[in-house]
Amino acid sequence: MSTSSASIGASIQRPYLEVKDLTIRFETDDGIVQAVSSSTFSVEKGQTLGIVGESGSGKSVTSLGILGLHRTRSNAKVTGEIWLDDEELITASDEKVRLLRGGKMAMIFQDPLSAMHPYFTVGSQIVEAYRVHHPGLSKKVAREKAIDMLARVGIPQPERRFNDYAHQFSGGMRQRAMIAMALVNDPQLLIADEPTTALDVTVQAQILDLIRDLQEEFGSAVIMITHDLGVVAELADDVLVMYGGKIIEKGPALDVFQNPQHPYTWGLLGSMPRLDRAVRDRLTPVKGTPPSLINLPDGCAFHPRCPYAGRNGNRSFTDVPVLRDAGLGGEHQVACHLPAEERTKIFQQEVLPNL
Amino acid sequence: MLAYLIRRLINAVVTLLVVTLVTFGVFFLVPKATGSDPALLYIGKQADPIAVEGIRTKLGLNDPIIVQYWKFLKGIVAGRDYSNGPDITHCSAPCLGYTFKTNQEVWPILIKALPITISLAIGAAVLWVLMGVLFGVISALRRGSIWDRGVMTVALAGVSLPIYFTGLLALSIFVYGLEWLPNAEYTPFFDNPIKWATGLILPWVTLAFLFAATYARLTRANMLETLGEDYIRTARAKGLKERTVIGKHGLRSGLTPLVTVFGLDVGALLGGAILTEAVFNLRGLGYWALQGIRQNDLPTILGVTLFAAFFIVIMNLIVDLLYGVIDPRVRLG
Repeated sequence: MSTSSASIGASIQRPYLEVKDLTIRFETDDGIVQAVSSSTFSVEKGQTLGIVGESGSGKSVTSLGILGLHRTRSNAKVTGEIWLDDEELITASDEKVRLLRGGKMAMIFQDPLSAMHPYFTVGSQIVEAYRVHHPGLSKKVAREKAIDMLARVGIPQPERRFNDYAHQFSGGMRQRAMIAMALVNDPQLLIADEPTTALDVTVQAQILDLIRDLQEEFGSAVIMITHDLGVVAELADDVLVMYGGKIIEKGPALDVFQNPQHPYTWGLLGSMPRLDRAVRDRLTPVKGTPPSLINLPDGCAFHPRCPYAGRNGNRSFTDVPVLRDAGLGGEHQVACHLPAEERTKIFQQEVLPNL
Repeated sequence: MLAYLIRRLINAVVTLLVVTLVTFGVFFLVPKATGSDPALLYIGKQADPIAVEGIRTKLGLNDPIIVQYWKFLKGIVAGRDYSNGPDITHCSAPCLGYTFKTNQEVWPILIKALPITISLAIGAAVLWVLMGVLFGVISALRRGSIWDRGVMTVALAGVSLPIYFTGLLALSIFVYGLEWLPNAEYTPFFDNPIKWATGLILPWVTLAFLFAATYARLTRANMLETLGEDYIRTARAKGLKERTVIGKHGLRSGLTPLVTVFGLDVGALLGGAILTEAVFNLRGLGYWALQGIRQNDLPTILGVTLFAAFFIVIMNLIVDLLYGVIDPRVRLG
């Protein structure tokens, strides 16, 4: 964003998207759900940030929080700062965020069959998305734009498919249509929430390629939410690993993959099936189940599942680890009580050989 | 589409045939089981045996049931003659026979009663849909609020209170107490639309209250379910105004299931709103059904039953066809 910084003459150049101390909680009948705790991260234009974690780790809630979609839920409480293109979104008015939503920032949802309206044609839904941000534009022009977008995401015979309903599309085509809908207003920030989860593998690769191509074309910032580490390795420049609503490891994708620091990240890597290694008897899954966000374990939220929890006195059971420099140089950060040397030693000696 | 339509029409005709068969069968068996004689009902208990036998021959009551049923069907389609030697009475199509007590043709009686029932059903239907949907949607949007709880309590009352209670209450308040409204009466719409409406407003409201309650609860539940759907989140993520999200995306799928219920409710009401018509003394199909039952008048009961079945079948057909239009996932064929 050299042009905007030059025109504003700002002393501090913010990243295109900067999230600071984002905390999202829901007050429910069962108690307070601490869905996201003090998340801080940023994405530049043209860059891709991968957010990884199990179901319920706060990935999707974070992205919905950026779009301001928790505003319609009266029980949600969002604090912190979200800066998009030098505008703060949490304190902004509903109307202002609404105008950004679908315009400057857009989202691709998982499972497009349920994410698209069953009673409206795919084309009319894209037209609607376009016209809401281009008021006064004729339906005809919007229709041409929508057909153009459908063609651009690789849907054959877009004029004909324009009038079809979501259920008449195949899974891959439906996700393409969803992407066309998200991209119709040239968003500068694109959030993809598990865009390939419901698709078969060959189609997954096509969709990922498509997102990458479109990103290069539009120069957008992309947040890729997934539980599939392969997707992250493929696309992401930076990676966040989330657990129990907190970021527990973050850094450049290469660093995180080559030298993961958090035992949970080791676990994730260990549960990934690989073809290029000898077939072992079984994968090594992360033992146990994800924690309840209403009642997080004391200390490190991961300690009940962590094989190394007792190695550093009682701190894992009492103190919440802070996300800080992993001591490897660069941007790599981790939230773990283990000392850096010991982490490296365990990884090299115990984890790596089994990956 | 045309093939589907034809198939459905044939289906409807067959259903109606089955209904005639069953009802005719029941009404043939009832006198046998209770030991009463239709001929006696027709002519009166004091008649001499020769006259009774004459009537029996004239009505064809000595024929086997199959023949009687066949003549009954033929009467509906082509008309029939009742004859006892030189004594011939022609009943032109569609013929549903004669009432036992008053010896009138059943068909004209019911046709005359039909506009009353239709007026009652349509007016009430418009009211209850408007009220039910409006209150249901607002309740869903303000779930858990005082408004929501209030509406749902009233709705519960509406579902629980019977027509003869709410109807009499309305009568005693608005007609006899405050004297705001005239007593319910039917004026044909084309004679005087204003009198038509004022004369029916009380039965409409009473009947609509009962249904609006159900519809409000139904709408609320549907809307709550719909608003939790992923595509509503997508609509918001597109940056649509909340009004569009609810009014277009939400209502479109929230109200679709109501179409089925609505069709069947209207169909059932067109067969006669017995209680409402009785309370407000309107002589629609329901009134004649009641008369028929009271006086053991088999032809009348048979006629009203056929009318009711006809409306249900027709409304069912309309709903099914409509679904092909409003829900693109339903493919007709």
